[in-house]
Order: sequence, then C-alpha cells, then structure tokens
Amino acid sequence: MVSLLQVFTGPLATIIRILVFPGLSFALVFVLFMVWYERKLLAKMQVRVGPLYAGGFEGILQPIADFVKLLFKEVIVPKEADKIFFMLAPTFMMALSASMIALIPLSPSYMITDSNVAILIVIALLSLSPLAIMVAAWASNNKYSLIGGLRALHQMTSYAIPMSFSILGIVLMSGSFSLLSIVESQRSSWFILLQPLGAVVFYLAALAELERVPFDIPEAETEIVMGWETEYSGINYGIIMTATYIKFYALAVLFTDLFLGGWLGPAPVPAVIWTILKTLLMVTLMMIPRGVYPRFRIDQMLRFGWTRLLPLSLINLMISLVLVTFLK
Amino acid sequence: MSELTLSIGPQHPGSGHFRLIVCLDGDTITKATPDPGYVHRGIEKQAEYREYLQNIPLLERPVISDSNGSVYAYVLAVEKLAGLVVPERAQYIRVLMAELNRIMSHLYWLAIYGIFLGHSTMFMWPFGDREAIIDLAQRVMGTRLTYSYFVPGGVRTDLPDGFKDEVLQAIQFLEKRLVEYEAIFYKNPVFVERARGVGILSREDAIKLGVVGPTVRGSGVDADARKDEPYDSYDKLDFDIPAFRDGDCYARALVRLEEIRQSIRIVKQVLESIPSGPFRVIQSSLLKPPAGSVYARTEAARGTYAYFIISQGNRTPYRLKISSPSFRNLPAFRFLMKGSHLADMPTIYWSLDYWPLEADR
Repeated sequence: MVSLLQVFTGPLATIIRILVFPGLSFALVFVLFMVWYERKLLAKMQVRVGPLYAGGFEGILQPIADFVKLLFKEVIVPKEADKIFFMLAPTFMMALSASMIALIPLSPSYMITDSNVAILIVIALLSLSPLAIMVAAWASNNKYSLIGGLRALHQMTSYAIPMSFSILGIVLMSGSFSLLSIVESQRSSWFILLQPLGAVVFYLAALAELERVPFDIPEAETEIVMGWETEYSGINYGIIMTATYIKFYALAVLFTDLFLGGWLGPAPVPAVIWTILKTLLMVTLMMIPRGVYPRFRIDQMLRFGWTRLLPLSLINLMISLVLVTFLK
Repeated sequence: MSELTLSIGPQHPGSGHFRLIVCLDGDTITKATPDPGYVHRGIEKQAEYREYLQNIPLLERPVISDSNGSVYAYVLAVEKLAGLVVPERAQYIRVLMAELNRIMSHLYWLAIYGIFLGHSTMFMWPFGDREAIIDLAQRVMGTRLTYSYFVPGGVRTDLPDGFKDEVLQAIQFLEKRLVEYEAIFYKNPVFVERARGVGILSREDAIKLGVVGPTVRGSGVDADARKDEPYDSYDKLDFDIPAFRDGDCYARALVRLEEIRQSIRIVKQVLESIPSGPFRVIQSSLLKPPAGSVYARTEAARGTYAYFIISQGNRTPYRLKISSPSFRNLPAFRFLMKGSHLADMPTIYWSLDYWPLEADR
C-alpha cells in the first residue's frame, strides 16, 4: 500500500492519475463491470440467466467480447451523411464524458484535480452532451436520427434546470462549488438526510440525462428504431456506448459525493473503497427502473420536468435556505 | 419542413411484416396509411389444391400463436358440409385446447405489448410463463406451436393419462402470475399514463368500422362468437364476455387480461365435466363431402375467424375464403392513429393485436 501511495504522489503522479487509477483505465474497467452487472441484474429480475460463459465466472468477460466484436465490425458511413461530423460526434461525446471524471474525486488522495468551480464545470459538460447528440443526429441525415436528436434536446430542457437547482441547494449548505469541500462539509450529516427532495430530483434528472428507462425517449426502439444512434455501427457505436456508460459512472460518483458523503465512512475501510461501494449502490439504484417501468412519452416527460421536478427542486432550494439560515 | 413522412416497416423494430406510412406534423400524426401484403402467400388459392385434411396444416400456418383457434372454424365448416356428428368428448377436448391456445396467444400479446412500450421485464415474464401452456400442448399434440390437432370429426389423439392434474398445476401457476402482471404492468403509473385515453375508439365507430375481437369488446360491445353462436360445447359452459366501455388502449389491454381469466374458468369447467367416449368419428383422410357451400365462424384469440367453403363434391374444396380478425381490424389503424403522437404509434398498433400473416394470408 505504501509503494502504491508513492506512485500516486511521485513526479509521474498526475499522468498516472489521469490514465490509470481514478482516471481513464479504472473508469473503463468499471464501465465493463457495470455492463456485465446490469445484464446480470436485469436477468435476475426477469427470471433469466444472463451472460454465462465468457471469462469463466458467470460470463464476466462478456462486455469485453462484445467490445472486441464491435472493433472488428465494419464502420458504415451512410452515403448522404456529413462524414466529418458523423465520425467526430462519438469522439466528442467520449471527450465530454471522460472530462467529467477528471473533476469528480474518488477520495482526497485519489483524485485528478479539484477546482473551486468543479460543480459548475460538471454541469456545463452535462449540458453540452445534447449538443453532441444533435451533431450526431443531424450528421446522420436520417429521419429517425433527427427525431431522436430533437427528442434529446427537448428532454434536456426539462431536466437540466431542476438538476442544477438540486445541486444549488447543496452549494448553499456547504458554501462551496468545490467537490472536495462539499464532501468534507458532510462530516456531521450526509446531505441526503438534509435534502431528501434534492436527492430525488437529482436522481430522476440523472436518469433522464443518461436516457435510461423510463426516460429512454430519444432512443425509443419501437418508435424511432434507435433514435440518434440509428446509423452508427461498429466501433463508433462502441464509443457511444462507452461514453454513455462513463457518464453513468460519473453521475453515480457525483451523486455519492453530493448526497452520500463521498468517501466518508468508518475507518478500517479505506476512503476510496467507501466511494466505490456507495457508487455501486447508486449504480444499482439507477439500473433497477429499467426492469420496472415502461417508457414515458416525450410530452409527458416535458410535463413531468416542468410541473413536478422544477417545483420540487425550488421547494428543496427554499428548504435549504431555511436550513442554512437557522443552522448557522 | 412542415411535414415529415416516415415509412415505418417492414424493416423496423416496431412494425412486423407490415408497413405503416406515417405523416408527421411535429410530433402529431396527421395521416397513417397501413400497407399490408408483405407476407401474402396465396393460402386461399393453395387450399384449392389440397385435400380437406391436408388443408389443416396449411391453414394454421398464418397464425402461429393461435393455431388451434385459426383452424377451428375450418374444421366446423367441413363437418357441417360433410354432415359429421362430433362425439361429445371430442367437443370438450377441442374447447379445452382452443382455450389453452387463447391463453397462450394473449400471453404472447402481453409480452410484445411490454416491449413495444419499452418494458423489458413484461417482455420476458409472459414469454417464459407461456412455456407452461406450451408444455401442456406438446404433451397432448406432440408439437409446440403448429398442432394440426383439430380434424373433421373430432381430434387427432386422445388426452394422455394424468393430463387433468398437469393442467390444473399450470393454471394455478398462471393465476399467481396474472396478479404479478397486474402489479408490474397494469397498475404501473407509467403504463397507465401511456395507455389511458390513447387511441380511443367509441362504441359507434367500432361498430361502423366492423372491428372484431378484443378490439370491439374494448369499446363496450360484447360481441363474441362463443356466446352469440355457440359451437361445440360452449353453450354448456359458464363464462362471461369481458367488455370495457372506455375504448382506449388500456381498455383493450384489460379485455385481454380478463379473457385469460375467463379462459382459465372455462378450462376448469371442462376438466370437471369432460365425458368419456370416442374422440373421433371417422378416419377423416377419406373425406369427400357433397357439393354445396358452408360458412362457419369461431372466436379465435384475435376475434371472429370465419371460413366460407364451396364444395363441388371433390376431395378438394372448390373455393375457400378466410375472414381473419386482423384483416378486419386493419381499418382501425387509419382511424385511431390520426391526431395521436408518434410515440403512441406502437401503443395503438399492438393494442389491436395485429398479426400481419393473419391479415395477408
């Protein structure tokens, strides 16, 4: 453990952090695990078996096999597509998702960077992702892609504002935009206890952001084939999926840091393990709706966002104002 | 770009072997034109070149999920033509198998409705539970889906020993599962939101369009050939025809769930009251009915399934006409989809339980 720590504090530390542990490699491995975990969890809910053979233990290497298969498939670019943007859009998405990891700490010793406006940057990156989706949708030159992209934009207008407001409550209580100090200010009590409403709003908004059931409207299969992903195949599709799941992972860690006290936990277990355990809990909670709910319609989603989520997040903001005034 | 024309199908995850040309204004469907015929196989013509018994495997091919229901009317028609009197035991066995098939077909429908609305658990559960009934069918009829079990003059084989207990066991399991389906799907707030008030077909419109089966019963008309013109032993059995007045997708979904319950009721009564005796009157391969024409109709899982046969006294029919419920429900597409959202397209589409092969024949 000591030597490991030296690696993380030595001269090469920044590069190793970015590329190996809290950064890209760990995120990719975690994402592969998440894909397997989701398939297994869903299979259990649906009285199925799920992946079984690849990798020996319960098909744990199935996501790798799938990814390798995608690598070998031909990249098909539609004749009428805008080729440059069509090829760039997946990379753009990947860059947006991956930069989020840099700002969301796993623990004070295992983090890439912290900024005094970290949360603002994360929100900005999240708000950019529908733009990437729209680029992909428009460049595909396909009616289904276009409808999917427009749906993603509409959806974003309904969840982005409540999401920001639910985070504002926390910023008020901790008095900082930095994730490190937000977690540290939860030493007395986790924010999920002080702001349960905010946690619910953030959870629902995160589901909408990730286009997960019941908000998987932009890729509603039986309506618009695969939405904005319709024309993507091969490794381009692989990159899109990886980007989505990295965003999933990032939002789960973000929820942990914002509401579940991040790495705070009883001592014998290392701080970073606490974060990962809580993240796993959040990942599970965000996967379960997929087995329970059908899909909303886009107008219902918009109504839900503007008439339920937004008032809830405003009420939450007021409650946190009251709490801040009287507790301090 | 004020209007967008989408060609949904035949290669679309939500269409089946069928095309729907949809004109969109924003998210609203201004016009939906169904374009069937992709799986037309000229079955009516083919039937003219086959003997009466050989037609049975052919005629059940279009409706793989309800193969007993689709040949039932044909068998009745041939019996009427040839003047065969079916033994009572065979009548009861046919009712039993037709009702088990109806349950299977409705479970299949429920599963696909789940995935059409993005509910993957609802897709897996009924598909798995359907196996309980398929196993029963396999035990009696030897195959999983295409049985060729009903023949003019009775059924192909008798029920195996101990079949009653197996059916009761399967039905007990199903009754338990139906409660779970209700909890996860029918009472699911998202499903209620998606299906209530969507694709409303009023009683008058339903009668005017001439739709049949659960579609018309969802609009409050309790038309059912089993009650209106009882065939075989249906008049000796006690069951209800569920009908709901709302006429929306939710009502049509409820009708099918309730029909599963009624079928279970019928199956239980049949098991209690099935008489002993022969299961078939003649070796039906030698059928050569006299000249004449005949019409018979039954209630299959999707609605009224009717046959019109003209015979000239040969071993093959001179003309055979099928009236299938999916084809009769086809006009409802154009009518129901106009003015709804694009996302309601799959909801309405599968609430009609449209089976392209059955409509195209």
